[in-house]
This record gives sequence, structure tokens and C-alpha cells, in this order.
Amino acid sequence: MRSLWRTLDGGLLRDIALVCLAVGVIGLSYGAVAVTSGFAWWFPVLMGALVLAASSEFLFIGIIAAGGSPIAALLAGLLVNARHLPFGLAVPDVLGRGWRRMLGTHLMNDETVVFAIAQDELSNKRAAYWTCGLGILLCWPVGAALGALLGSVVEDTATLGLDAMFPAVILALILPALKDRALRRTALAGVALALAATTFLPTGLPVLAALAALPLFTVFTAKAAEGAAR
Amino acid sequence: MSDAVPMLPTLAAMFALAVGTFLLRLSGPFLRAKITFPARAEKLLEASAVVLLAALTAIAALTEGDDFVGPARPVGVLVGGVLAWRKAPFLVVVLAAAGTAALLRLAGVP
Repeated sequence: MRSLWRTLDGGLLRDIALVCLAVGVIGLSYGAVAVTSGFAWWFPVLMGALVLAASSEFLFIGIIAAGGSPIAALLAGLLVNARHLPFGLAVPDVLGRGWRRMLGTHLMNDETVVFAIAQDELSNKRAAYWTCGLGILLCWPVGAALGALLGSVVEDTATLGLDAMFPAVILALILPALKDRALRRTALAGVALALAATTFLPTGLPVLAALAALPLFTVFTAKAAEGAAR
Repeated sequence: MSDAVPMLPTLAAMFALAVGTFLLRLSGPFLRAKITFPARAEKLLEASAVVLLAALTAIAALTEGDDFVGPARPVGVLVGGVLAWRKAPFLVVVLAAAGTAALLRLAGVP
């Protein structure tokens, strides 16, 4: 751990700490939602530690709470988590070796991948990935446990606006990457595709539909290179 | 509490989700160890992660299940996004998003 801390500069460390704190706060909303949906308090905590992928867990709880079957909840969760495959293709060098590799693989999620991608050198990528990942592994289940406690007190967590937190977190995380013009345009096209797909694809699939916009990235980057050469 | 949710099948599905998600996480690096990707493909893979996250943001901000949500949540997310764009601290972004949605709902906006 110590060498990880030393590799990271103060600003980045603060950013990671704030992300972990925010994840803990989202965990609050998650635990509260789960308990008010009729789950035992330990369920969101256990799922938080074992699955460690917020959006799929919200989806899982939501589908069961809406009366859906566990199979449907499982399939939807797996679909949402299918994005971890391209994530793993994008950041494989940070995962470590041996038993650490198992843990490192488990720590792969939206936030850790974004932090790893945002760093320049491999040592920084690795340090950011692990620090953020271990922080989330701690904060997410602990937040869920506190939320489960809160859920037995607060009736409707939507009145606190907790559902707006998760998308705001992801948006704040990808904003720096979106400074790249080609990537921004591709992402917007992907968003449009995903939103259009919600009208006819089942829950979980529309996010993956955004990938159909990826060929545009090649076109946009080629155009940018052409413009730079001129 | 647990009588509201049929526990055993749900628990089994949750463990299956945990295992399946781990395998999904494992398969990316595994595939990459088998095949070497050119630099351009690598850039494309990074782009794919950002595109997925952007779509996830939009879906999470605008929809609930198969339906579109009321304006309170997306407006909250937008406020958070603008603050993030203006380089506000992360926690401010998150709390402003939740606070905006909460205030709008207090005012009767769904």
C-alpha cells in the first residue's frame, strides 16, 4: 500500500478519496432502497462485496422488488456487467500477478477503469487503479450497511434525490475523457443509440447498443488527423 | 423482512451474478494475453469503455426500467454535470445532483 500512496500525487489521491466517499454515499442509497424493497439488511452488503458493480446491483434489486424473477434479475445484471469485458481489454496491465490478480480482477469497475485510463504512466495507472479499487471495496459494502440501517428510518429515499447520485458520479468521471473531440462525438452518438434502443430493447441491453457508435470513432479520429496534417 | 422476498432463489441468482461478473472481468485480460492488439485497436477499446459509460449515464439519468423518469433526476444530474465541468470538487457534484433532485421533488416535480 505504502508504495501505492507514494506514487500518487496529492491531488489525485484526494480525487480518489472523494470518489470512494461518493461511492459510500451511493451505497447508502443502495442499502436503503434494498431494505425498503423487502430485502434483509445483509443482502445488499453481501452482494455489494461479491458483485461490486453498482448499476447491476441496483438493477437486480429493482427487478426483484418489481416482482421479476431471480433469473430475469440475474440476466439483466450480467448484461449490464458485460461492459467489464471491454474494460478488461482496455486496462489489463494494472491487475498484478498470482493471487493479487484475482483481487485485482474483482476490483475492475467503472471508477477504477476511468482512473487508470486517465493516468499517463503504467506505475501511476496501477497505483490509481488499486487505491481506488480497495477504497471502493471498503466503502461500497459499508455504505450499503449504513443505508440498510437508514432505510428502516427514512420511508422514501427518492425524496432525498439519492437516485440522481449514480449518473452524476459516472458523468463527472468521464468528463475529462470527453475533452477529446472525436471521443465526445462518438459518445454522444452512442448515447443517442442507447436512448433510442430503450424503446424496444429489454432493460440492460440499451447500454450495450451504444457500442454500435464505435465505428464513428475511427472516422472522427481519421478526420482529425487529416485536419491536423493540413 | 425476508418473507417479502423469496430468499433462496434470489440468493442463488445473486451468487450466479457474482461469479458471472467475475468471469466477465477475467475474460478481457485473458483474451488480451492470447492476442496482441495494435495501438489503434487499443485506443478503440479505451473509447468503447467511455462510450459505454456515457450511455450508462444517460440510461441511469433518464430511465427507470423500461420507462422515462420525471425531470427531477435528469435535472439533478445536469446540475452535477455542469458543476463537474466547472471543476467543482467531486463531493459537491454528487451532493448538488442529489440536492437538486430532492428540492425539485419537494416542489412537486416528479
